[in-house]
Formats: sequence, structure tokens, C-alpha cells
Amino acid sequence: MIEIHIDHRQGDFSLRVDLELEAHGIIGLIGPSGSGKSTLFSCLAGHVTPARGCIRVAGRQIFDSTARINLRPARRGIGVVFQDGLLFPHMSVARNLAYGARNRGTDFWHEVVEALDLAHLLEARPGRLSGGERQRAAIARALMAEPDLLLLDEPVSALDPGLKARTLELIARVQGRTGIPMIFISHAPEEVRQLCREVVTMEGGRIAGPVRAGTTRGCRLVPVGGGALPLRAGGRA
Amino acid sequence: MTPLTALEREALMLSLSASGWAVLVSLPLAVGLGWLLGTRRFPGHAALNAVVHLPLVLPPVVLGYLLLLLLGRNGPIGAPLGALFGIRIAFTPQAVVIACAVVGFPLMVRAIRQSAEAIDPRFARAARSLGASEARIFLTVTLPLMAPGILTGITLAFARAVGEFGATITLAGNIPGRTQTLPLALFSVTQSPGGEAAALRLCLLSLALAGAALMASELIARRVAPMQGVTA
Repeated sequence: MIEIHIDHRQGDFSLRVDLELEAHGIIGLIGPSGSGKSTLFSCLAGHVTPARGCIRVAGRQIFDSTARINLRPARRGIGVVFQDGLLFPHMSVARNLAYGARNRGTDFWHEVVEALDLAHLLEARPGRLSGGERQRAAIARALMAEPDLLLLDEPVSALDPGLKARTLELIARVQGRTGIPMIFISHAPEEVRQLCREVVTMEGGRIAGPVRAGTTRGCRLVPVGGGALPLRAGGRA
Repeated sequence: MTPLTALEREALMLSLSASGWAVLVSLPLAVGLGWLLGTRRFPGHAALNAVVHLPLVLPPVVLGYLLLLLLGRNGPIGAPLGALFGIRIAFTPQAVVIACAVVGFPLMVRAIRQSAEAIDPRFARAARSLGASEARIFLTVTLPLMAPGILTGITLAFARAVGEFGATITLAGNIPGRTQTLPLALFSVTQSPGGEAAALRLCLLSLALAGAALMASELIARRVAPMQGVTA
């Protein structure tokens, strides 16, 4: 389970989230710019400390303001993938992957490398990779630490449509093979529709409504820029 | 050009060794301060920054005189060093190293600070999320990414140390074979009648040294660039 009950204020912006989710598959977190997705991401990853509340992931209390628990990011067991990948530029892809890997060369290592189609890129430097390859390597690097939860912060938003579709396909594949639950943050409904079985929408720092795509026909996802987009039943591509 | 005279050889060797030691001794502190000033904000940040940069704006002779007051036989640091350990600093080759280190220090810190500022803080966040400790992040991510700035700082500080005159002559004197560096030797020969030819030779020697330092720095920078993931 992922349990998030937090209250946070940053200047004029207030974030209040009460959310409990089954930690499996890929969960979409969608909302327009300024809706609080990134702040929620930072609270989960431990980059921002919420004013009040508690966060529990996979049975572990990682934050509790009452009990004064606030695990350091390195001890939360939560992986992060940023929009631009942020591979360490002075290391090869293999060394990037090994950076947080629990065990290099294991079946898990090979499984991730194969699922994300990285075998031929292991000796390359990040500067020589395309945008899509960089993102796949960044996802692999985060997965190698075998986190309890992986946060993907708009990982394909900077890619062109062809690469985007291929990368989403590979994300779905590697999630299926590793079983590591993921939260996929995006402002693009079509990405979420392709990838996620469950979708949480955010607006103005609040949860606008969890949506279980594929199980509740006719649920509607509020897209960026107004209007409504019907969710396809059986959302995952 | 005929081979180097004893005076030239001694001045050259002293300049090289004093500058090298000055860079080596001040490098760890410069890296630490450059990183601290470039990546952290804390009370007293501006004051510390000002103190570090002070040698850059003070006249070198003033700096040398202040160092002499501190490290001289009766100074607050020099006196106990002499009384407890029998160590004398002023007018020794060690004084040349100290003078060179102090004048080159702000240039080194400045270059390192700028490279530390340019590092995306999210690299450290990514490393933390992979379970890395702060020490490991510093050694394996931050330090390598600061490498170009460190190299620039080393080059600048070395070049400044080789050319150092005012602080050195005030703190270390101008003793041939002991504290007389290239600029001091050049100064001495220009004060002697008929010393033009010797002065010109020392000038050419200084130019050759500066050129060699710059070329070495360029070569190292080219080797470091691919390690940084910078594609040509």
C-alpha cells in the first residue's frame, strides 16, 4: 500500500493530499502545471518535508510528523527518474546502472537491461545517447536499486512522439517483469492512458479524484486545458 | 640560447617547486571552500567569501607584510612555532611557498566555486535516491563534475604563484639560491648595471614557463572533457 496523508504550504501554494493506493502496476498522477504533482513528488522522495502528516510505503513509515519520523532520501527505498534523466555524465551507462545496484550481474540486472533494450549501450557515455536512450538508462539505474516504489517525473515529455511511444512501451514491459510499483507523473492524458491502470488527478494542490481505469467504464479524466477525455477501458497499452 | 646559468637554474627550480607546493598544499582547502561556497547557503556566507577573496584585492606587498607580522619571529604564529618547535618561517623557502599559496588561493577557490555552482543539484538527489551517502556523492559525483573547475583553479593559482613578487619579497626576502624566484631574480638583475641581457634571458624563461603551464592545462582539459561526458 502507498498511504499519503500530508499537509504542506509553500508560499501561497497549499498541498493537501489524502490518498491510499494499492502499490502495484503503474499509477498515473496527472494534473496541470501548478496542480501540486511536483510538490507531492518531492514530498515522497524526501526532497521537501511536509508541514504535517504521514507517508507509508510498502508497510514502512517513511514520514510521520507526529512521531518525528523523516527518513533521509537515501533510506526511503523510493527511486526517482527526472524529466531529463540526469545520468551521471562522467560515467558509462553500465557504471550509472551499477551506482545504486544491489547486485550487479544478477538475473534482475540482466532482466532490466534486456527489458529496456540497453545491452548495446552499456559502454556508452550519456552524452552520446539519444533522449529516449537516456531516459531508459535512467529508469534502469533507478530500478537497479530495487526500490519499493519508483517515481517517474514526466520521463517522456521531452521526447518526440515516436520515441515517446517506444519508451512508454518499454516502461510497461520493465514494470511487468520487475513488479516494482511506479507512479508516473505527467500532464499529458494520452501518456497516462497508454500506460496506467489507475490514475489520480490533481488540481490546485488537492486530489481531484482517483480514477480506476479499466474497471470503471465511463470514468472521465480531466485533461490539461479543460474539456474531458474518455478513458479507454483496460487502459494499459 | 646558451644553457642556463646557476642563478637562472636555481631561480627556475625554486619558482617551480614553490609554486607546485603552494598549489598542492592549498588544493584540499580550496576544493572544500569552493564546494561550500558554491553549493551551500549559510549565515556568514558573504563574509567568508569576502575573506577568501581578500588576497585578490590587497596589494601583494601589504599581504606580505601582514604575513610577516603573523609569521615573523615575534608574530602571534611565528613566535610559538619558534619557541615550541624551533621552526622559523620568515626568509626561508617555506615562506616563498606560503606567499605563493596565499596569493593564488582566491583564484583557485573562485574557479572551483563556479564549477560547483554549475552542477545541477538534482544529480545529488538522484544519487541519494540510489542509497548513496553524502560522502560517496561528494567523491563519486560532485568531485568529478567539479574537475574542470579544479583544473582551471590549479592552472590559475600556479601561474599566479610563478609570477608572484610583492608578497614573496616582503615575507621571504630575495636571497639567491634560497628564496630568489624568477621574478625576484629578474628584479635583481635589472638593478645591476649591464644586466639587460640577463634580464632578457629571465624574461624568455618566464614566458616559456607560462606557455608550458598553459599548454599542459589545455592538454589536461582535453582529456577531462570526454570524462565529463562532453562531446566535441
